[in-house]
Amino acid sequence: MTIDLSQFYQVFFEEADELLSTMERLLLDLDVANPTSDDLDAIFRAAHSIKGGAGTFGFTDMIEVTHVLENLLDRLRKKEMPVTDTMVSAFLEAGDVIRMQLDGHRIGAEVRQEEVTRICVRLTELTHAGAVSSQPTTAAAPDPGYGLFEDLASDPGYGFFADEVAAEAGPLDTPVVQDKGDLASDPGYGFFADEVAAEAGQLGTPVVQDRVPPTEPVRQTAEPAAQSAPPSATSESGKVRRAQEGVSGAAETSIRVSVEKVDQLINLVGELVITQAMLTQSAHCLGENVFEAMQGSLHQLERNSRDLQEVIMSVRMLPMSFVFSRFPRMVRDLAAKLGKQVELKILGEGTELDKGVIEKIIDPLTHLIRNSLDHGIESQDKRERAGKALKGTVTLNAFHQGGNIVVEVSDDGAGLDRTRILAKAREKGLDVREEMTDQDVWALIFEAGFSTAEAITDVSGRGVGMDVVKRNISALGGRIEIHSLAGLGSRFSIRLPLTMAILDGLSVGVGQQIYIIPLSYIVESMQLTAQDQRSISRDGHMIHVRGEYVPLVPLRALFPLSGEDSVDSEQPIVVIIEAENRKIALQVDELLGQHQVVIKSLESNFRKLAGVSGATIMGDGRVALILDVIALMQAPGQKNQLSLV
Amino acid sequence: MTGEESSKLIAGMPLLTNNEFLVFTLGTEEYGIDILKVQEIRGYDAVTRIANLPEFIKGVVNLRGIIVPIVDLRIKLNLGTPTYDQFTVVIILNLSGRLVGIVVDGVSDVLQLQPEQMRPAPDISASLDTRYIVGLGTVDARMLILVDIARLMNSEEMALMEQASGPGFPQPA
Repeated sequence: MTIDLSQFYQVFFEEADELLSTMERLLLDLDVANPTSDDLDAIFRAAHSIKGGAGTFGFTDMIEVTHVLENLLDRLRKKEMPVTDTMVSAFLEAGDVIRMQLDGHRIGAEVRQEEVTRICVRLTELTHAGAVSSQPTTAAAPDPGYGLFEDLASDPGYGFFADEVAAEAGPLDTPVVQDKGDLASDPGYGFFADEVAAEAGQLGTPVVQDRVPPTEPVRQTAEPAAQSAPPSATSESGKVRRAQEGVSGAAETSIRVSVEKVDQLINLVGELVITQAMLTQSAHCLGENVFEAMQGSLHQLERNSRDLQEVIMSVRMLPMSFVFSRFPRMVRDLAAKLGKQVELKILGEGTELDKGVIEKIIDPLTHLIRNSLDHGIESQDKRERAGKALKGTVTLNAFHQGGNIVVEVSDDGAGLDRTRILAKAREKGLDVREEMTDQDVWALIFEAGFSTAEAITDVSGRGVGMDVVKRNISALGGRIEIHSLAGLGSRFSIRLPLTMAILDGLSVGVGQQIYIIPLSYIVESMQLTAQDQRSISRDGHMIHVRGEYVPLVPLRALFPLSGEDSVDSEQPIVVIIEAENRKIALQVDELLGQHQVVIKSLESNFRKLAGVSGATIMGDGRVALILDVIALMQAPGQKNQLSLV
Repeated sequence: MTGEESSKLIAGMPLLTNNEFLVFTLGTEEYGIDILKVQEIRGYDAVTRIANLPEFIKGVVNLRGIIVPIVDLRIKLNLGTPTYDQFTVVIILNLSGRLVGIVVDGVSDVLQLQPEQMRPAPDISASLDTRYIVGLGTVDARMLILVDIARLMNSEEMALMEQASGPGFPQPA
């Protein structure tokens, strides 16, 4: 595999750094006596994300620690045991150890293995301390100190130790040994595994000093091993050097700028464009002669400021390859670990997406791909029996559609199992019925804690994934759709706004107010005639458009303001909006125009408002509110039409 | 505002470090707030109204590209007359990085008070909850009500922050 992951290491380092800090902060704020499940979930997710990232880049030493950490957190999260102060300090220490490993990968700082071992043992002790009564015999067996033993035993292909040896051989930022087969056949590797296995036998009573010595000889054996594996190792290290040169070369042609600064620029340019518009307006008032003299320069100014705005907006855009290129490695390792043959197809890498969006899509995508591999693609004999190609295919695709970017993860696996999902939902006490549509059934897997996996592996199946996936995507203003056919495969489509900073909108006037309706939700706008309108009961109104009945909601009723009474119109203007398979007709006073608006947060100085997703600044400097169409949609069918009122 | 400043604010002793106050009037009363919390003073202009909010939240304005909520303290405290013309004054406060504008009847002075000019607030019922009054200042014959403006604006009754349900502001089901 020749994809050079090293260019993304920095991103992982930064992410992991941030996650560690978050975890630390959460831990420090945690109310030990009475922890909220939100906090525990958040801590767990931070650990889980670090593990996911480390897995993507093959930093197996970090996986080892986070896995143990996660085990304990998972039990706490499920309320299987109470949180204690000891645990919190163990978690904090584990955080330090992970950070130390991170620094080891990042700047080649020294990693003290004995500390790593010690924390793993400690966490495992804590994990099993609460379980002694229920499963006394298993406490010692699943040897947590070295963590991945079971994996190694049950799944030789994964080759965790090969990577470990590579990490030991030199604190490099790039994986030295890509081909584990080479090492596996090396006598040094055999020795290592034996030694540790022997050591693991004594693990019942973990004595830290006892565990240190083995790592030393191992390192010594590993080093000559790596050096003596003649052709592959040397060529690999050559590659590493080139990769490092590549990184330093790239560093000279780009600079890292904080997003805050870019946002500041966007703000200022927005203001500039407004000022320029005002200037043009004033010039018009100066009279024909003066205006003509100024016209040339004013046009120039307008063009320049528009160009400037465009360029600054493009600063935030990154190609999807930024996200996609981290997956081939992950898929390869995972497939090997699961004993499946999987091919990853990547399409649409060049599609550009806002940086803010792209960074937040990494985690959901990682989850989806893991899911596809673990649950989607069947085992080889199952595939053979079904008459499918032995090699499964997972496809990643990104493309534009309307004003959106669609990112798809599809597989040619077994598809979602309707019966099992329904059974699981019942078990969870969810309100389900046999006659639910497929779409509704698929949506169930986004419920918190929902996992149909029979066994918890460190691949997936803890049920963290899907609800977080959904939440992350909703937070980006996007949505996720599932298409699945039994036996043929499933497709997860994530639909995202092009950028979080700009929105295409229709501005509508209601009294003195201006509201922006996101264009992507608008089906049509029209002026009604008397025949189009029907009333249902006293307050409900419907309109009849092209054979369809659509509830009529005056925008004024959703956002009532004193002193702005409704003017009854015989032929009201409505904007028909559609979201989540429902339509409503919003009645407005006038349609003002279509704009690209810069989305501003109301929350930075104020707070979230019902029915409003944000605000923007219009050409004349006034603030206009952007409607939250999804929230407005939740209304019809309820009494009084909208609970907002 | 510097980070140091805000940490002092959190420590709950906003008055011990700075004794300069911006004085404004509400009706016949004079109020003083920590001048370091004031970013700027501007006219009342182009406020975008927002529905489903308490009456004292007038709406939001565009302050050089930043959206800032405007609160009319005259309505909130039921003092003075809420009229809006070219003389109406908005004080833009910077409370630990959050900007909020308050409408008052007028801004009169910036005064420096010596410790001996400041008295603890008597426990009286006033239009303003005594929780937000940090003391009374005396300047000649004038009495200033010294207000912990950060605490007042961040309080739940101002409904400026995210909370389960603000007054008169039902959430969507």
